Amino acid sequence: MSQTITIPHVTRIEGHARVSIHLDDAGEVSGAQLHVTQIRGFEKFTEGRPYYEMPAITARICGICPVSHLLASVKACDAIMAVRIPPAAKLLRELLHCAQFVQSHALSFFHLSAPDLLLGMDADPAIRNIAGMIENHPQLARDGIALRRFGQQAIERMAGERIHPSWTVPGGVNKPLSSDAREAILSDLPVARSIARRTVKLIKSILDKFPEEIASFSNAPTMYAGLTSPAGELRWYDGLLRFVSQEGEQLAEVEDPVDYAEYIGEAAMPHSYLKAPYFKPRGFPAGEYRVGPLARLNVAARCGTPEADAELAEYRQRLGDRPQSAFFYHYARLIECLHGVERMERLLDERRILDTHVRATAGVNELEGVGIIEAPRGVLIHHYQVDEHGAITWANLIVATGHNNLAMSRGVEQVARHFIHNGKVEEGMLNRVSALVRAYDPCLSCSTHALGQVPLVIDIHGPQGEPLQTLTSAPAMSPPKSRPPSSA
Amino acid sequence: MPNRISIRIDGELVQAERGQTIFEAAQSNNKFIPGLCQFKGLSTVGACRLCVVEVQGVNRLLPSCTTPAQDGMAVITKSARLNDYRRQSLELLFAEKNHVCAVCVSNNHCELQAYAQRLGVTNVRYAYRYPKLHVDMSHPRFVIDHNRCVLCTRCVRVCNEVEGAYVWGVAGRGIGSRIACEMDRAWGNSASCTNCGKCVQVCPTGALAEKGFAAEEMVKRQDLVERLATIRGTMNPGGPR
Repeated sequence: MSQTITIPHVTRIEGHARVSIHLDDAGEVSGAQLHVTQIRGFEKFTEGRPYYEMPAITARICGICPVSHLLASVKACDAIMAVRIPPAAKLLRELLHCAQFVQSHALSFFHLSAPDLLLGMDADPAIRNIAGMIENHPQLARDGIALRRFGQQAIERMAGERIHPSWTVPGGVNKPLSSDAREAILSDLPVARSIARRTVKLIKSILDKFPEEIASFSNAPTMYAGLTSPAGELRWYDGLLRFVSQEGEQLAEVEDPVDYAEYIGEAAMPHSYLKAPYFKPRGFPAGEYRVGPLARLNVAARCGTPEADAELAEYRQRLGDRPQSAFFYHYARLIECLHGVERMERLLDERRILDTHVRATAGVNELEGVGIIEAPRGVLIHHYQVDEHGAITWANLIVATGHNNLAMSRGVEQVARHFIHNGKVEEGMLNRVSALVRAYDPCLSCSTHALGQVPLVIDIHGPQGEPLQTLTSAPAMSPPKSRPPSSA
Repeated sequence: MPNRISIRIDGELVQAERGQTIFEAAQSNNKFIPGLCQFKGLSTVGACRLCVVEVQGVNRLLPSCTTPAQDGMAVITKSARLNDYRRQSLELLFAEKNHVCAVCVSNNHCELQAYAQRLGVTNVRYAYRYPKLHVDMSHPRFVIDHNRCVLCTRCVRVCNEVEGAYVWGVAGRGIGSRIACEMDRAWGNSASCTNCGKCVQVCPTGALAEKGFAAEEMVKRQDLVERLATIRGTMNPGGPR
C-alpha cells in the first residue's frame, strides 16, 4: 500500500513550505517533494512600471535580504541605462552587500539553525529555538545578536535604513559615505571579526557530532554555480557566473549577464509555485546544480582575504576539495561570514570610498538589462525588458532558493530514505527533514518565524489518496498572534 | 464698505479681508485647515473635501476653500466630527487608487501621506478597489502615474491659469474620472505641452514626477510655482480674485 507523508509546515525558514513523502507498496520511500505554497507575482504586476522603480519594488520581495534584490535590480537598471557607475558607488554597493551577508548569515546560523546544532536535532521544540539558545548558550546567543546587529547597523549607517533602504539607485547610490559613518563601522569591526572567528571555531568543534546528518543531507554529487573573479576569487557583487561539476571541471563561464539564459533553463513544477532552474546544456532534470555558500566555496579557488583563506584551506583539508553534503552549508556560511567582515575592512580602507561623485545619470539606452549578484543564499538574477520610454514590458527573477529547488527536493528524499523503512517512520525524521531544508537557508518569502512553533503534522494517505492517519506533534508554544518584526 | 471684516475662528475673534475665503482667512491668521486641491495662486474647485469646516447656523459642512468669509461669521475648523469626515475623505482616496507609499517617488514628501499621518489615518475601513491603471511614460522628462492621482486638478489649473498651455483636462465621469492630456493623447505626443514641469511641481502626490527619480527622491518645488502663480495667475482669466 503506498502512502503519502506530508509535513505541512517547515519552521524556522524564511517563508512557507510543505513537504510530501511518497511511500511505495513495500513502505519504502519512492519520492519526495518540497512544495512552496505561496505565489507572489512580482514578475507580472511590475509590468508597466517605470524601470527605475524596480529596485524599490523588488526589494519588497524579502525583508531578510532586501539589499540583494536592490543590488541585482540596480545592476539590471544600470544595464538598461548602459552606464558605468562611478568607482565610489561600486565600492559602496559592495560594502553594503558585505554588511548584508554578515547579518543574513548571522541570522541563518544563530537564530534559525544553531538551535538544531547546539540543542540537538531531537530536543524539545519548546526550547529548540532562539529563546532556548539564550537560556542554554547565552554567550553564543549574544554573539549571534551582536553580529547581526553589526551588519544591520552598518547598513543603516550607509543607507539610512536597515530594511528596504532607498540609497542604492540606478546609476549608483544617492548619497556619498560620510567619514563619520566610515569611522563608526570601522570601530565596530574588531568585535564582529572576533565573533566570526569564534563561530567558525565552534562549527569545526561540533562537526563530528553529526555523522548521520552529514551522510544523509543531500549527500550526492551535483553541479555548482557561483560568481568569481576572472582569477577565480570569491565574488559577491560582481563577477563571472561559473558552473563547475562535482569533480571541479569548468562547465561554463558567463561573462555577459545577458547570456545567462543560454545556460539556465527554468522548469515549472506541477506541485510547487517555485520554479526549478537547471543547467541547460545538461537538460532537465540532469542539469541540477546548487548555489549558496557551499556552492560558492566549491566554485571559487579562494576567498581573497587572509583569515577566510586560511579557514578555507582547513575546510578543504578536512572535507576534500568540493564537499557535497548540504550539512556543510553551515560551515561554508560561517567562513563566508568571516570573509565578509574582512572584506568590509578592506573596502573601508579604499582610497575612493569617500568620493562624493557617486551617481551616473542616463535615460533608456538599452531595452534589456540583466543584473546578476550573489545573494547570501546564492546566485540572484534580475532580468528586465523595457519599451523605449522605460516602462517594464517583461521581467524575470531567478532567486537563490529556486536554483536549489531540485537539490532540496532530492535532499528531502535522501533524508526520508535514511529514516523511513517498511512504512515505519523513525523518530527524528521530521526534525531532520526540516533541518535539511534549513541548511539551504531557503528564503521563500519575507517572513521569518524565528520564534513560535507551528505544530508538525504528518498526513499519511492511502493509494487513492484517502487519509489513513494523522500524527501531530503538539505545538510547543502557541503561534504569536502578531508576527514578530522580521528584523532585530 | 470697509475692507476688513471680523470673523470668529474656533472661538477666537480675528480680522480678515473682504473677498477672502474661509481657508485664506484661517491661513492668514495661522489657523490650520488641511487641503489637497487648494493651491496658493490657483483658482479653487473644492474637489478634495479635506478643508470642510462647520459654520454656525449652517447645518451642513462647507468647503472652506470655496466659501467666502463673511463679516460676523463663526467658524469651527477642528472638532471630532470634522476630523471624522476628513479621515473618511482620505480613506476613500486611498481605497480608490493604488497608493503604495513604500515604493513611491514621493514617499516622505507627499501631501496625501502627510495629511494621513496628521489626521491619524491608521487604517482604511473601505475595501480597496485595486483598479488597473496606466503609467504614461511617453514624455521625455516627466511621467504620470494614474495609480497615485487624487484628482485634485492642480495640474489642470496650473497649466491653464499660469502656463496657459491647456494641456491637461479631466476625462471620464465619476469613479472613472482621470486626468487626460489634450484629447486623451499620450503625453509625449502633446502638441501644446511646453515641458515647463509646473504640473509636476504642484502635484501633491507622486502621480506626476520627473523621470529617473528612485523611491523617496522626488521633492517638489512648490514655492517657485506658488510665487509664479501669484504673479501670473492674476493676469489669466479663471485665476484667483
